[in-house]
Amino acid sequence: MEDLLKICKISKKYQAKNGEVDALKDISFEVKQGEFVSIIGPSGCGKSTLLSIIAGLEDKNSGTLYIDGEESSGISPKIGYMLQKDSLLEWRNIYKNVIFGLEIRKINTPENRKYVEELLKKYHLYEFKDKYPSQLSGGMRQRVALIRTLAIRPKILLLDEAFSALDYQTRLMVTKDIYEIIRNENVTTLMVTHDISEAISMSDRIVVLSKRPATVKTILDINFEMEVRNPLSVRESPKFSKYFDNIWKELDVNA
Amino acid sequence: MHKANISEERKKYLRSILIKKVSIKLTQIAIIIAFIVAWEVLAKKEIIDSFITSRPSRILETFINLSRNQLLMHLGVTCKETIIGFLLGTSIGIFVAIILWWSDFLSKVAEPFLVVLNSLPKVALGPIIIIWVGAGTGAIIVMGLAISLIVTIMEILNGFLETDKEKIKMAQTFNCSKLQLLTKIVIPANISTFINSLKINIGLTLVGVITGEFLVSKAGLGYLIVYGGQVFQLDLVMTGVIILATMATVLYGSVVLIEKLLSRTHKFG
Ligand SMILES: Nc1ncnc2c1ncn2[C@@H]1O[C@H](COP(=O)(O)OP(=O)(O)O)[C@@H](O)[C@H]1O
Ligand SMILES: [Mg+2]
Repeated sequence: MEDLLKICKISKKYQAKNGEVDALKDISFEVKQGEFVSIIGPSGCGKSTLLSIIAGLEDKNSGTLYIDGEESSGISPKIGYMLQKDSLLEWRNIYKNVIFGLEIRKINTPENRKYVEELLKKYHLYEFKDKYPSQLSGGMRQRVALIRTLAIRPKILLLDEAFSALDYQTRLMVTKDIYEIIRNENVTTLMVTHDISEAISMSDRIVVLSKRPATVKTILDINFEMEVRNPLSVRESPKFSKYFDNIWKELDVNA
Repeated sequence: MHKANISEERKKYLRSILIKKVSIKLTQIAIIIAFIVAWEVLAKKEIIDSFITSRPSRILETFINLSRNQLLMHLGVTCKETIIGFLLGTSIGIFVAIILWWSDFLSKVAEPFLVVLNSLPKVALGPIIIIWVGAGTGAIIVMGLAISLIVTIMEILNGFLETDKEKIKMAQTFNCSKLQLLTKIVIPANISTFINSLKINIGLTLVGVITGEFLVSKAGLGYLIVYGGQVFQLDLVMTGVIILATMATVLYGSVVLIEKLLSRTHKFG
């Protein structure tokens, strides 16, 4: 399969008044069409920085980024970026929130609106379309934020600790919902998390980063050989704890 | 909510809240009445000198006399000046705040000037304003502006700069332009900042207008009060002050009304 996203030797230094921060050092890996890849690493190692560079929100100091075979710099229309906080706009109703990206990108066309309505219907949010964000639960808000991101039909979805603000119960359910949506819509996904279980439960591959400045420690293939895989069912598999120990050790050596 | 579903405890609780609310209002009214009655009685028994303190019955008399001739005119003049000053201050203030938000460089450059202008007592500008604008309505409106404008700029700029960074980042993931950021995130996120600034502004503009009228005018409530003082007519002064207080309340109340209407059609944080 084709590499939809190819990251070659990307490095990043932040310049601040009180000195330089070495955030990323020679990061390289690929994400193939249809894959779900997670990035895991200690807190503050540069995971968000990496996603922001891929999304084009931050400049890199060196290295190259290929999206869909083309070298990319700046904000790419092929990328959808879902942040940790849902950042729904409380003055817009759910429908208006979901089409926010279409409005900003000036692609608020009838076809795209139809697509958004289908997504809302498919994921049980259509009946809430006239409600306001404050009337929705945390899990629902997260689904709305995902649909807002998917509305622009990105080829690659970036998730930055998108579930970490939720409480544990909600988080498990939302992970399952979001995973289903992503698999259904067949979106290639790159997710950042610091939760080992979350990474294992959703990913096809896991990129383990070292502490700052982040380098790629190892890349681990995850395969549960299950017919129907979902983030809850794989937790029962004996392989799950093996993977967990593996990653735990990789992270621990750095500490 | 159905009345039938309300439990005994809830009823008790609601009633205790109502009783508290009513008793606060009643006490307030009682204080005013007691004050007025005491004032009238003490003046009548000549325990206080009504030449210096005036007295409620004479204030009422002055009020009635004034309404026969000039009161409405004076009230209208002050009202007009205040509203013009308020609208100008608000719109110029918002405009400047937008420019300063747009350009980080300009806002850094402007910062010390704003701080100095903000702490300067604007009355000191009176003579300059009179010489530049002329001793008339113009000078009074400029005085109102001088007092309210800088505060408006700082208040609104602050609100703009404190807009939720996460929302801004979210918009940027969609490659949003600066103008879109302003119209789709920053302005709607700051509706409550605007309302607060309106509330502060209406009061400040009135302060400026009355100060201006003290300095130059031939009409208006400020003029009426100063004139009353000069001819030692405390009845006139007191009447002017009471009308002014009423007018300030009504103006502030209209802003609160606007806020209520807005919050019905527009959700804000
Ligand atoms: N704009 C910035 N300026 C300077 N340093 C920054 C900036 N953003 C992040 N950093 C620093 O870069 C490092 C990596 O940050 P981040 O990518 O947010 O880590 P993670 O997402 O893995 O927790 C941290 O040490 C952080 O303090
Ligand atoms: Mg982060």
